[in-house]
Amino acid sequence: MAGYIARRLLQAIPVLLGTTFLIYFMVFALPGDPIIALFGEKTPSPAVVEQLRERYNLDQPFIVQYFLFLGGIFRGDFGTSFSGQPVSEILAATFPVTLRLAVLAVFFEMVAGITIGLVSGLRKGGIFDASALVVSLILISLPIFVIAFVAQFIFGIQLGWFRTTVSSGAPIQDLILPAIVLATISFAQITRLTRASVIDTDTQDFVRTAASKGLSRRRIVPVHILRNSLIPVVTYLAVDFGVLMVGATVTEGIFNVPGVGRTLYQAIIRGEGPTVVSFVTVMVLIYLVINLLVDLLYAVLDPRIRYAK
Amino acid sequence: MPSNTRPTQAHYVAPLEETPLVAIDSVKADGKPSNLWTDAWKDVRKRPMFWISAALILLVVIVALFPGWFTQVPPNNDCQLSNSNGGPQPDHPLGFTKQGCDIYSRIIHGTSTSLSVGLIVTFIVATLGIVMGALAGFYGRWVDAVLSRLGDIFFSIPYILAAVVIMSVLSQYANVWVISLAIGIFAWPATARVLRAEILRVKNSDFVMAATALGVSRFRILVRHVLPNSIAPVIVITTISLASAIVAEATLSFLGVGLPSSTMSWGNDISQAQTDLRTAPQTLILPSIALSVTVLSFIMLGEVVRDALDPKARAQR
Repeated sequence: MAGYIARRLLQAIPVLLGTTFLIYFMVFALPGDPIIALFGEKTPSPAVVEQLRERYNLDQPFIVQYFLFLGGIFRGDFGTSFSGQPVSEILAATFPVTLRLAVLAVFFEMVAGITIGLVSGLRKGGIFDASALVVSLILISLPIFVIAFVAQFIFGIQLGWFRTTVSSGAPIQDLILPAIVLATISFAQITRLTRASVIDTDTQDFVRTAASKGLSRRRIVPVHILRNSLIPVVTYLAVDFGVLMVGATVTEGIFNVPGVGRTLYQAIIRGEGPTVVSFVTVMVLIYLVINLLVDLLYAVLDPRIRYAK
Repeated sequence: MPSNTRPTQAHYVAPLEETPLVAIDSVKADGKPSNLWTDAWKDVRKRPMFWISAALILLVVIVALFPGWFTQVPPNNDCQLSNSNGGPQPDHPLGFTKQGCDIYSRIIHGTSTSLSVGLIVTFIVATLGIVMGALAGFYGRWVDAVLSRLGDIFFSIPYILAAVVIMSVLSQYANVWVISLAIGIFAWPATARVLRAEILRVKNSDFVMAATALGVSRFRILVRHVLPNSIAPVIVITTISLASAIVAEATLSFLGVGLPSSTMSWGNDISQAQTDLRTAPQTLILPSIALSVTVLSFIMLGEVVRDALDPKARAQR
């Protein structure tokens, strides 16, 4: 296990260097003046331009600029937002809210996805299975902002069950609707993953053995089938996190949830390029760390991964 | 003693049920040879979902190519603020946007934007993914090590976030080509991974060894023998990536880093309508329906193709 962890950590280093370099390259090595380009149609004041030039060390050769930027990241310095607040401070204030929203969304999508996937898989080809497929295909086809607006319109405006925007402090009851919206993106994937995995497991020898030992279906399904079907669903969590980050940017923006996503959303909408770059960098770093953790968790769950070369 | 025992036999002997030799030996030599593709086609054409998605895609393509067949109303000029968020009128079946433009006409003219982005991104993703995946899987060793790590790096940045950064920098140059490039340049690793895994499986087949023994060059083996036999999963993932690309463009336009507002785009229209969700929900819902139906038709096609080409998916149906 220690060897596996060490190998996995070593593998993460080139990816970490590569992703940060790529982001930096995209912003600062493209033709034209990067500072001016980052502001789009707005014209920044000369003082701001000068400050940013200094901040991003644009007077240095490109590769030196990159390493200075990387050094800043390791010291926890992600730059300052447009209003002059350090990005790390904004992160500290907004991250707990996003985490709460994400945990709630993962909870909803896991409970609904695994339940429906399990029933579909056990009754393959039935009415329930067919309707679950249709619903999941439709949900996959609906972009997240469409789902968010429709939910806001129906449940917030028409029925009045939820507030259309989240009040300050982001209490749990206000986060329920945004979390459900966020959960719909991955719900379909989890349902289908669980269904395929259940169908696969149901034909395994150990399930037949359990049945021939005289165990009831009621015991075989949760203990033998479900538990063994969940491993691919756990790995999906890593991919899911990337999906959730993009989804949270849109959902938090629409429901006005005071989290990391809304900060990025507003920076994008207002064309505040430098803030966008800082937040995307932070999100990619978080994504890398989560991926690493999920990989390690996966190795704990499935010993075959540990020993495979 | 049972009556069916013959006098000379001490015991009962079961009569021999001979299988006619003809039935065993008959091989339809003149029949059509069956392969993955003919099997897939036989499977696909029996499914209603295939015909529904094919009809919808055909409709979307025709609308994109010939918007003039469907509406005579110009989508951009001729907008009158007096019609702002107005309901349907004769010749304007779906009513008007906030700027007083005809919603139906804007939906019809926005089709080609979504479809072009989808096709260009798919082309970029398929080209990069096939080249990278084929080289990594077939040549192995350091080529694989380098290309796979490169893929890991691109894969670690969610492609919409990457596209947001690229489009923020290139906002003055935003057009269909630039936005497609911004999406496609980060979306290829999934395709490359799928193809690489399939090539690793195929390249140890007997027919590859036979070709090697015949002295066929490595590159020719890759292109003529290995690639055609490992392309099926790529086709499945490509159909689905077309749908994802259309969603990505709409999302970027919705975030305001997509196409300029002068370009007809469903994402732009949805973005502009969001402030009037309370008073005029139809201005937001109608382009959303057009977008979702288009995406759904490609997703359904991908679903049918996956079921037909992937034996495992077929068994799970």
